[in-house]
Amino acid sequence: MNAFSEIKLIAGKDLRIEMRSRILLSQVLPFGAIVVLLFAFALDPDRGILTRVAPGLFWITVLLAALLAIGRAFSIEQQHGARDGLRLAGLDGSSVFIGKAIAIAVQLVILEAVLGLTVVVLYGVEVHGVVVLVATATAATIGLAAAGTLYGVLAAGLRARETLLPLLLLPVLAPVMLGATRAFEDGLEGVPGDAWPWVALLTVFALLYTGVGMLAFGPLWEDT
Amino acid sequence: MSEKRLNNDDRSALLPRAVGRVVDALTLVSIGALTFFGLWASPADVVQGDAQRIMYLHVPAAWAAYVAFGITTLASLLWLWPRTRSAVWDRVAGASAEIGLIFTGLTLLLGSLWGRPVWGVWWAWDARLVSTAVLFFLYLGYLAIRAVPAEPIVRARRSAITAVIVFIDVPIVHFSVNWWRTLHQKATVFNPELNPEIHGVMALTLWIGVVAFTLLYVSLMNRRYQLAYLEEGLEETALDAAILQRSGGVK
Repeated sequence: MNAFSEIKLIAGKDLRIEMRSRILLSQVLPFGAIVVLLFAFALDPDRGILTRVAPGLFWITVLLAALLAIGRAFSIEQQHGARDGLRLAGLDGSSVFIGKAIAIAVQLVILEAVLGLTVVVLYGVEVHGVVVLVATATAATIGLAAAGTLYGVLAAGLRARETLLPLLLLPVLAPVMLGATRAFEDGLEGVPGDAWPWVALLTVFALLYTGVGMLAFGPLWEDT
Repeated sequence: MSEKRLNNDDRSALLPRAVGRVVDALTLVSIGALTFFGLWASPADVVQGDAQRIMYLHVPAAWAAYVAFGITTLASLLWLWPRTRSAVWDRVAGASAEIGLIFTGLTLLLGSLWGRPVWGVWWAWDARLVSTAVLFFLYLGYLAIRAVPAEPIVRARRSAITAVIVFIDVPIVHFSVNWWRTLHQKATVFNPELNPEIHGVMALTLWIGVVAFTLLYVSLMNRRYQLAYLEEGLEETALDAAILQRSGGVK
């Protein structure tokens, strides 16, 4: 089996489990939506604060929901010796990494689309600079998925993984959160020129963590 | 017992005993010198007054933290490289990260104490402050991974890879935070070069501080390394004792 079909196999497997269990639709998405609603309770919705800080609130919500999706991506292999089975299948570590990261990325894209729409409607955001927004979201999603998969396997199989994963992941993802928020702000304010350096930063982050993930996933995965 | 250890390189101490003692003594002497120069010999700053003396601890602590995290990364890479793989590097990486975290915490705390009288606030969203805070949490996560019990070799590999991933993030955090505070804030309230020109006794005091903290780092490293070695031995002894007890009970 070549690398491409291995990747397709793993990504297909994870997405098929998601299609059947519908955890993303029935739990993660509603969680994101309630967070978006709670921000309106915390910040006065009448004074336009929500509209101004919408990019930051959007990315915080995505980050929190992504933590759930990443945890889920590894807990599905917890039972019935699924992880051992997968390891014995003789797949290449880097293919498993890319496959799992793609499955997480697909879920994140759905999450971002739905939450983005919710934010636009509830916070009264006028959408400008669609090209910049899409470019930002793409780079940020790949970065989130790559770093998330890498830390996900690191925490997988550990006893305190539910509490460990956020502590490990959130500081590492701080630059993604920062860059994506600024790029969205610039895009929405109609100055897309200012956003491109941030998109470049997000792209560097995505490439770096994809590369490190391909190298490090195999040995980590063997140990879980 | 020793054959169960991760590697043949079963070094129980980083420094020879005599060298360790000399370092300890020099550390004490330099801390004494720093106290004298920092509190008495150096003049109070014209603008900042006595609060400026905090800098004699703040700057060396930040320096020692960078050294410590650098050594953690280096030791982790040496562990990952098959030819240099040794339990020694795993212990060095862990010990150095712990000490680095203490120094980073100290840097933040001292900076905050200094900021209150000079800037008028405990905390400011200055680029250096923010990236130092993120650095603190990055290595807190690294130590959390280290704290999870596992087979020595599994734990060492997991820790070494984490250290490298964390280190890659440091420059990205640094750049992003710097951009953030410069792209959107045209005029910075707080000049990052607070003391562009310091001369004479003040500069000397700062250098003594750097030497004292570096020695303190080496001295603490030596002790923390020994402790890590003993901890590993204790784990094994406890395990052996438990097995003996069990088998004794069954007969």
